[in-house]
Amino acid sequence: MNDILLRVRDLRVDFGAHAVIRGVSFDLCAGETLSLVGESGSGKSTLARAILRLLQSAQGGVEFLGVDLLKCSSREMRAQRRSLQIVFQDPLASLDPRMTVGETIAEPLKIFEPGLNASARQRNVGDMLQRVGLSSEMSGRYPHEFSGGQCQRIAIARAMILSPKLLICDEIVSSLDVSIQGQIVNLLLDLQDAGMAVLFISHNLAVVRHLSHRVLVMYLGKLVEIAPCDALFASPVHPYTRALLDAVPHKLPAVGAAARAAPGELAAAGEHAVPDMIASGCAFRDRCPYVLPICETSDPPLLEVAPGHWAACHRSHERLNPLSLST
Amino acid sequence: MVPTLSVDRLRVSFSHRRGSIEAVDRVSLQIAPAECLGLVGESGSGKTQIFMAAMGLLPGNAQVSGSVRFEGNELLAVGAPTLNRVRGSRLTMIFQDPMTSLTPHLTVGTQLSEVMVAHLGIPWKDARSLAGRMLERVHVPEPKRRLNQYPHELSGGMRQRVMIAMSLLCEPSLVIADEPTTALDVTIQAQIIELLRAVRGEFGMALVLISHDLAVVAGLADRILVMYAGSVVENAIAEELFRHPRHPYTAELLRCTPSVTGPRLDRLPTLAGQPPRPGEILEACPFAPRCSRAADRCRVERPQLEGSSTSQVACHFPLIS
Repeated sequence: MNDILLRVRDLRVDFGAHAVIRGVSFDLCAGETLSLVGESGSGKSTLARAILRLLQSAQGGVEFLGVDLLKCSSREMRAQRRSLQIVFQDPLASLDPRMTVGETIAEPLKIFEPGLNASARQRNVGDMLQRVGLSSEMSGRYPHEFSGGQCQRIAIARAMILSPKLLICDEIVSSLDVSIQGQIVNLLLDLQDAGMAVLFISHNLAVVRHLSHRVLVMYLGKLVEIAPCDALFASPVHPYTRALLDAVPHKLPAVGAAARAAPGELAAAGEHAVPDMIASGCAFRDRCPYVLPICETSDPPLLEVAPGHWAACHRSHERLNPLSLST
Repeated sequence: MVPTLSVDRLRVSFSHRRGSIEAVDRVSLQIAPAECLGLVGESGSGKTQIFMAAMGLLPGNAQVSGSVRFEGNELLAVGAPTLNRVRGSRLTMIFQDPMTSLTPHLTVGTQLSEVMVAHLGIPWKDARSLAGRMLERVHVPEPKRRLNQYPHELSGGMRQRVMIAMSLLCEPSLVIADEPTTALDVTIQAQIIELLRAVRGEFGMALVLISHDLAVVAGLADRILVMYAGSVVENAIAEELFRHPRHPYTAELLRCTPSVTGPRLDRLPTLAGQPPRPGEILEACPFAPRCSRAADRCRVERPQLEGSSTSQVACHFPLIS
């Protein structure tokens, strides 16, 4: 699992004068599932689009299997796309309503494997439909004949048909009901077992917890914490990560309320800082209950607080001490 | 005691080129003064349509039958002028998307004042200062400045606070909150739930909280109704529902909701199958095809909602609590 598939270095995206991604670096290994969490506006989807070069204004390094995707020619990029696929949030909007499901799933094959004859293509499509839990007889139907969960399977089948090395999932379970959500997550877990690397963007922390090897937390375009999944949920370091975890509603409120103490007040205060806030200092400082004078002036660097666990907070080292929790 | 809202055998169907589709099938429910009722169910289960019918907000192709009484007065049979005296003042609604439910070209102050001018006959000038005070009560920072701002200048959470302020202006006896936090981030969601809890205590109105997310409802509701395929399948005190669900569908919903606490799972629990297509006429229990407890009886006879007023279940073989 140590072969690095994707190496993102100091990635920056500006929309006009507005910095949306402000220097994000991370690695994604072959077969790894890395989840990307953060509030809306934190830059999660922009990051995904920048990696796929669906944005013009990305700067920095995105190295995929040794090729710099931001600098390679568009011809070369096109070739890379077969190994790099994405599935979007709204499955109905991302499927062409005038194409049958079979045609939709076969289209990438037509483009990347023109040598394949029609019957072989048909066979591949049928196999893929079965792999995502649908039946091969469904290939003649149109998207509107399927439910949201089934459409999402079809979108995954289309992304998977070329056996990509990396699948980017942008909020793919957000529009699904809970009984369907589990089916899609389990499908991803199956793909994970088959060695697929996944970049999973979601605001659903409960799903992230069961699916990820590592979790990356973003706040206003910056990486604020990255850690192995269990470590992040068991001992989050950055106050923002704590606030996120703390805000997840619990089934039985009494249980959750007792288990988490001081940072609970955090969720009750503030929203995203205005973009001007990020010019200097820590962007989270106006919402942070642990703020120090240094947070006003200096942007905290990303430091390793435990093996593989990095956080960008001036107080990350004291945070690990439970005694200092109730500051 | 007269219930604040009393819905009796409400049916809502939508006519369609090829017949009609039933969205709400003989739903009866009551909301007591100051009670918080949670209404949960998956998309298409009919939870929103009940209250759209009560508010007279259904589209032209809808057919409604049954009865909806609000503070003792029938709402279904009356015309718009009568309805307009009630809705927006005594009976108010908060929607999922605060951006589309606020008028983009009017300032927050104008929109809030208008409600009081129209319903209470308060002069504009006084209404405006009352609007500012209401914004303060729902913890909108810098309320004076907000009055002059347009909805697009506010964040999603702030807009939802403005919606909540608007719903409270005429001291309603019932506020219906339809997925009020679904469009918001989890941190903002927690703030809005907290705010709803606080205003409930302060204003003492009854509250209906509609959500697909059991966990959101859990924090606020006194009583929870679970809907499936247009019908209520379970009605229970909130704590009881979570501790001892009686309808197999409720139990499945609870089982399938992933948790951030507890052990990490290799595979998430799932519920096989799909809800029945809307419009399918069902003699049988609508949940039977997906139910592990289903027996022959479930496939021929539709169970009715039965039990005491605080614990009802529509199942031939409910789970024993």
